[in-house]
This record gives sequence, C-alpha cells and structure tokens, in this order.
Amino acid sequence: MAINKRVANATEALHDLADGMTVMLGGFGLCGIPEMCINELVRKNVKNLTCISNNAGVDDFGLGLLLHQKQIKKMIASYVGENAEFERQLLSGELEVDLIPQGTLATRCLIAGYGIPFVPLLAGVGTEVAEGKETVVRNGKTYLLEDAFDADFAIVKAWKGDTAGNLIYKDTARNFNPMMAMAGKITVAEVEELVEPGELDPNQIHTPGIYVHRIFQGEGYEKRIEQRTVRPRA
Amino acid sequence: MLNKEQIARRIARELQDGYYVNLGIGIPTLVANFIPEGISVMLQSENGLLGMGPFPIEGEESADLINAGKQTVTTLPGSAIFDSATSFGMIRAGKVDLTVLGAMEVADNGDIANWKIPGKLIKGMGGAMDLVAAAKNIIVAMQHTDKKGNSKLLAQCSLPLTGLQCVKKVVTALGYFEITPEGFHCVERAPGVSVEEIKSKTAGRLVIADDCPEMDV
Repeated sequence: MAINKRVANATEALHDLADGMTVMLGGFGLCGIPEMCINELVRKNVKNLTCISNNAGVDDFGLGLLLHQKQIKKMIASYVGENAEFERQLLSGELEVDLIPQGTLATRCLIAGYGIPFVPLLAGVGTEVAEGKETVVRNGKTYLLEDAFDADFAIVKAWKGDTAGNLIYKDTARNFNPMMAMAGKITVAEVEELVEPGELDPNQIHTPGIYVHRIFQGEGYEKRIEQRTVRPRA
Repeated sequence: MLNKEQIARRIARELQDGYYVNLGIGIPTLVANFIPEGISVMLQSENGLLGMGPFPIEGEESADLINAGKQTVTTLPGSAIFDSATSFGMIRAGKVDLTVLGAMEVADNGDIANWKIPGKLIKGMGGAMDLVAAAKNIIVAMQHTDKKGNSKLLAQCSLPLTGLQCVKKVVTALGYFEITPEGFHCVERAPGVSVEEIKSKTAGRLVIADDCPEMDV
C-alpha cells in the first residue's frame, strides 16, 4: 500500500484544530492563500488563535474573515495594510500584533523545516524589532538571534499535489507556502488539482511529501485579485 | 521642482547594465518606466519573482502572478520564480545591486524611517528592514517635505527606524543628495529650485555649493 494522505475536505483536514492553537497560513496578500481552509476556520469558529502569515487579508476576504469574528488573539505578520478591521482591533488593544521583517518571517519558517532552532539575522538591528532579543557579534557585526517558529498547524495552498503529499506551486502563489509546509507539526495542503502518485514529475516537486500530513483538492477557488493592473489591448 | 516621474527618471540614470534591482512601492515603482536605452536590468520582486515584466494585457491577468505591491504583473523570457526565503536569501547575500525605496524620514547619517507612525499608522515593515539591512546600494525616492511643509531630511529621525546608516543617496522634488560624513551633499538641484530653498527646507546637515548645478531631466 502506498502512503496516502488524502482527506475528503477542509473539515476533515482541520478536524482537530482547536482553540488557542498556533496556525501558519501561506500566501502573500491574497495570492496563494488557502481559501478552503480559511473558510473552514470561519465555519468552525475556533477562537484565540495565534496566526503566522505575511499579511492579514482584506476586510472581507482571507484572514480578514477570521478577524471579523474575533477569532485571532495574536497576529504575527510583516505587513498589515489594506485592512481597516485589523487596524481598529490593533489600536483598541483587542488584538495582539507582532510585526516582523518579511525576510525574518520567511527564514523563521524555513529553519523550523530544516530543524535549526535559531538563526542570526541583521534585519531590524538598532530598531524596535531588536528590543528584548538576544544578539551575537561576529566580525564586528551585531546580529539578532531569531527563533524557529513553533506552529501546531501549517496550512498551505498549492497548484498541484499527489496523494503522497508532494506539492507544486504556480507562479508567485508559491511565496511563503513551501517554507510553511515544512514548518508545521501538522501540515495541511489544499490543492487545485490532486493526482495519483506517479503523475507528477519527481524533478519538479517543490515540497516533498514527507512534510505534508493531509491533502485535499479544493473546489470553486475565488482567487481574488487585490490590485488589478493591466494594459489596454492594442 | 521635480514631479514623481522626474524623480523616477533621475534615479533610473543610476542603473547600470546587468543590474538586479528591487523597486519599492510608490515613486520607486515608476523607475521601471525610465530604464535608459541600451541598458538591461532585471527587476526583483521580493514576493518571489526575478525578471518582472510589465502589467498584463487586459484579460490576461492572473491572481497567481503579482508583484510585492500586489499588482498583477507578467514574467519575461529569463524570469525565475522562487519562494520568499530564497528571495530574501538573495537580498541578504548581497546579490541585488540596487534597492530603491520610499521613506517618511531620512537622517543625515543615512538612517531611514518608513514603516510606522506610532498611534496612527501601523502597516508594518514588509521587506524594507531586510532590504536596508543587506543592500549595498540604497537610493531613497521621496518628497522633500511632508504635507505640512516639514523637512523629511533630518538631523535625526523622529519616527521608529527601519535601518541604521544605510541610505546612500536621496532624490527628492528639490534635488539629488549623497549621504556623506558631512551630511546631505546636494550634488544637483532640481530645475527652478534655488540653493536658498534647499537650505531652508533641509533640516539635517547640508553641504551645497553656491553654484550647485541644475539637474538635467
């Protein structure tokens, strides 16, 4: 019997995701976000989540939907513009927020998946980001020691996947998804097309299936565009 | 005075053939429209794209292909797509030749503030802190004064810092400045702008010759 990580849907994939957990979610803006699982988190209405994601969605899509129901206790992100509800909850003190540099965010996911506990990084030295952090000096330069993230769930979106959990991403919808896929205690992948093992070229796999625990094919992706910029057809 | 396009056009002259360039949101994005004839550069977008092409033709846009400003874009022959860790890996390792970004404030020692106004505006730093910590060559494109007329070229930043002593050049509506140990060195003034005006609108240490040449834009 081949390893089979297929689950029926987001409900089955997230059945044991509970109040108070730390959840990583892939995506940059609304590009490459796990729409099906976000909708399921809204339906389940789990509370007091710590969410790690580059952005916080917009008011009526993506993580904005969770903010609206006050499901997020703490948000760890690099950029949170374009979300009025987020700003309101932050300024009123309802929401705890840890803003961290984008490369630091990516790298703290990456090292979690590589089994490295912490990493020295230059970003943020001398700024408020450095407050309370341990430092190390090498060759006259000061670095911040940044810890690997510790997430109960990582939820990612890929273009194609197979039932062994191997993933391929499309265009810039890749972004944070591969590092987060490697970083979860439980990693859930939703894909636009789920195929049988052998159908994907092993040379083209972005995320090896060993990192993925549950996978399902989503239906009816909205794939909303945040800033539609086009040239007129000549 | 320079308008936004002229600021971008002046910065575009700093591009050299073969450069890998990261352009921030706002005026920096416009630099892509003024790449000089005969020069090839590759634009890096920190969400994971090298070789960013123009906006797509109407109807061909894809939600899966955006730049760091979340605008729909295209790829070009020779483009590469990668994850965010790889993207900041190449930035951290100094592979990107030039970074152009906007700022709220720049200090005369090269400090920059551009991510937060306490109690008012909290959008986050995105990739700016990583970029300024690593880039060898940083040009800031911004207005010379804020909406109230206060100088944005200061002796010391008043807002939370993004990075320390990292900015090399600043191009504003009033001129082109290099950061030197003596402060902002005005190398070129914008057409129609007097040396006196630059002096009165620059709060940080300023070095400017009485015969500072006028910019050709």
